[in-house]
Amino acid sequence: MRVQRLDHRSAPEVTDAVDLSRIESLIEKYRGRKGSTIPLLQGAQDEYGYIPREVFNHLALRCGIELSEMYGVATFYAQFRLQPVGRYIIKVCHGTACHVQNANKITDALVEALGVADGETTEDRLFTLESVACLGCCSLAPVMMIGEETFGKLTGPEAVKIVKNIRIKENEARGEDAPSI
Amino acid sequence: MPRQSEPMEKTKVIVGLGSCGIAAGAGKTYEKIRQLRESEGLDFELKKTSCVGMCYREPLVEVIDESGTYLYGEIDEARAIELIDKHIVNKEPVRELVVQSDLFDTPDQEFLGSQVKIALRNCGYIDPESIEEYESRQGYASIRKIAEDGISREQVIRTVLDSGLRGRGGGGFPTGLKWRFAFNAVSPEKYIICNADEGDPGAFMDRSLLEGDPHSVLEGMIIGAYAIGATGGVIYCRAEYPLAIKRLRIALNQARAKGYLGQDILGLPGFHFDIYIKEGAGAFVCGEETALIASVEGERGMPRKRPPFPAEAGLWGKPTNINNVETWANIPWIISHGPEAYARYGTEKSKGTKVFALAGKIKRSGLVEVPMGITLRDVIFKLGGGIQKDRKFKAVQMGGPSGGCIPEHLADTIVDYDSVNATGAIMGSGGMVVMDETTCMVDVAKFFLDFTQKESCGKCTFCRIGTKRMLEILIRITEGQGREGDIEKLEVLAQEIKNNSLCGLGQTAPNPVLTTLRYFRDEYEAHIRDKKCPAKVCKQLLTYTIDPEKCTGCMVCAKKCPVQCISGERKQVHFIDQEACIACGECFSRCRFDAVIVN
Repeated sequence: MRVQRLDHRSAPEVTDAVDLSRIESLIEKYRGRKGSTIPLLQGAQDEYGYIPREVFNHLALRCGIELSEMYGVATFYAQFRLQPVGRYIIKVCHGTACHVQNANKITDALVEALGVADGETTEDRLFTLESVACLGCCSLAPVMMIGEETFGKLTGPEAVKIVKNIRIKENEARGEDAPSI
Repeated sequence: MPRQSEPMEKTKVIVGLGSCGIAAGAGKTYEKIRQLRESEGLDFELKKTSCVGMCYREPLVEVIDESGTYLYGEIDEARAIELIDKHIVNKEPVRELVVQSDLFDTPDQEFLGSQVKIALRNCGYIDPESIEEYESRQGYASIRKIAEDGISREQVIRTVLDSGLRGRGGGGFPTGLKWRFAFNAVSPEKYIICNADEGDPGAFMDRSLLEGDPHSVLEGMIIGAYAIGATGGVIYCRAEYPLAIKRLRIALNQARAKGYLGQDILGLPGFHFDIYIKEGAGAFVCGEETALIASVEGERGMPRKRPPFPAEAGLWGKPTNINNVETWANIPWIISHGPEAYARYGTEKSKGTKVFALAGKIKRSGLVEVPMGITLRDVIFKLGGGIQKDRKFKAVQMGGPSGGCIPEHLADTIVDYDSVNATGAIMGSGGMVVMDETTCMVDVAKFFLDFTQKESCGKCTFCRIGTKRMLEILIRITEGQGREGDIEKLEVLAQEIKNNSLCGLGQTAPNPVLTTLRYFRDEYEAHIRDKKCPAKVCKQLLTYTIDPEKCTGCMVCAKKCPVQCISGERKQVHFIDQEACIACGECFSRCRFDAVIVN
């Protein structure tokens, strides 16, 4: 069932400071409009990358939507996240075409290389690994998407190499030596 | 294929920039050609279009000059340089890269040859961000015709009814009939919804259509709104399709500016209509009408009991008509060409054409539009070019998680709603995933059950828990823990879930298991009784051994084995310790001498 996607008990408590003024214009746009729960949550997620607890409270207060209703909606749809995500979200396609072309191997290789389970974020908050239903690039199967870029006809080692290169670039940008992943 | 009949002025270079093209690198190709035009001072018109359907040849670049049209395939940056140099600068077409031309035959001819493009009539031929290009190909002519000839609302509905068009989202309900129900409902407010929540894994028809020709969908909706008397329209589109949403927004603004949306549209008195986009948030069940409506209203997308049907009480309790993207795209063509022209294609009960997304182990994957009545064999072997690596064709999956696998011996089944239903699969929205001998059918059934089990909204007990139990059994079977009686248990559960679920998701969720049981029962039995996976997919059922005849003692497998269970000296035959082996397959994929045997 859909809500099983969630497991917060094991998730670490997030203590990021949340600047609520960033969603002021969003609230102004949708407040009082019927059917606005989903656009409000989508807008908030666009702003913060996930929906922090404070934002739920704030939206409830400002827009008069019940907390329980918002939580129900947020946990129903696959799109919403209640935990912060990495700078890069790696979406590994597990559509039918990718499945028959062995998408599991891509996920397995990335799980091993990144040291996180499917759906989790690396400790340095650089990568979040996700499985998605279908990216619609079936002819390039197996496929993964990082940011806006899609990588097709992958193998496990190739996928790991792509991710490794991103990490090296990021570390260079920060002037650190690249640790192995 | 001749494109436009106006006199040729400048050579045109057109790059296909659909999502799959961009994924294959078309954006870089476009940029390279643009740079070359600047740096070399070349004189040609550079344009963008969307997907023509030949995904297997992406990135695609078309050159139209005074001699004819040349569609080039697999043009990466390096080839773009070659192409511009040879074809544009030296006027010498690069024949070996041409996949389609109006001047000579190509091996890819068959891919386009058997197609009849109605819904996809403009995809790959126009710039989807230009309303003028849509108009130049009879775009918005149908709604104009209605306004100018004073065609009545009843007549429009009659035309759609006579065309025989049935819902292309998978349900197959006659579109004209649906419209009539909404027309008959009395209310000052009525709604039209375009279902673009393409959730089937392995299907991308709607995405390509919206990216390639958004105006045809808008025009269809405008005609539908006029016919049933709708006051508002919604396009419910997956958020995973950012490019489709972007192009829809552009199209909506253009249509408003030209007066196709708004007040008293085209002078039709009292016809006020506008459309807005609602981004879905990722829930397969929202493809179901009542769940989709709940989602548009901002709630959890859970289906409700019908009746009342949306035609009586839909969005915000008002009469609502929902059709799928492809259905809408057919409407303008039917109005302009007449119902007879549409009904000329197809079979007795399934008229017109259907778009399919061909994928899987097929040589030419992509988007095709074929007349109903064509055989699956023709689609797979003629259009699709057969199976990759010339392996043996095993089955084709139609209808995604609600559908089933049609085996090789039924490949002469014709494409129409009733014939496909008779196999136990469904027409569905048009996903066609081809499988070969290396695909395990139990694994495929498990894959779909895993999907539906996660996507079940949880409202109906049988769907919520029944799919879970079925999945558990399937997992067990693929892990070598299958027991006698499992197959029978699956069949009982499947029947119960079908009978006791409210919506289409639950009612069809067992189909992938039922069809694979029907046609590939022996594979289930091999897993359960012999603990073997005939397709060699299910890891836990495989054993790896080394063929002493072939092993050269190169040590590659031993070095790569993650659990160090391969022993042997250099240039000596190696040996796998079966007790320690985790059957990861690393040695098999690494061996360059085919010395690792998998059973």
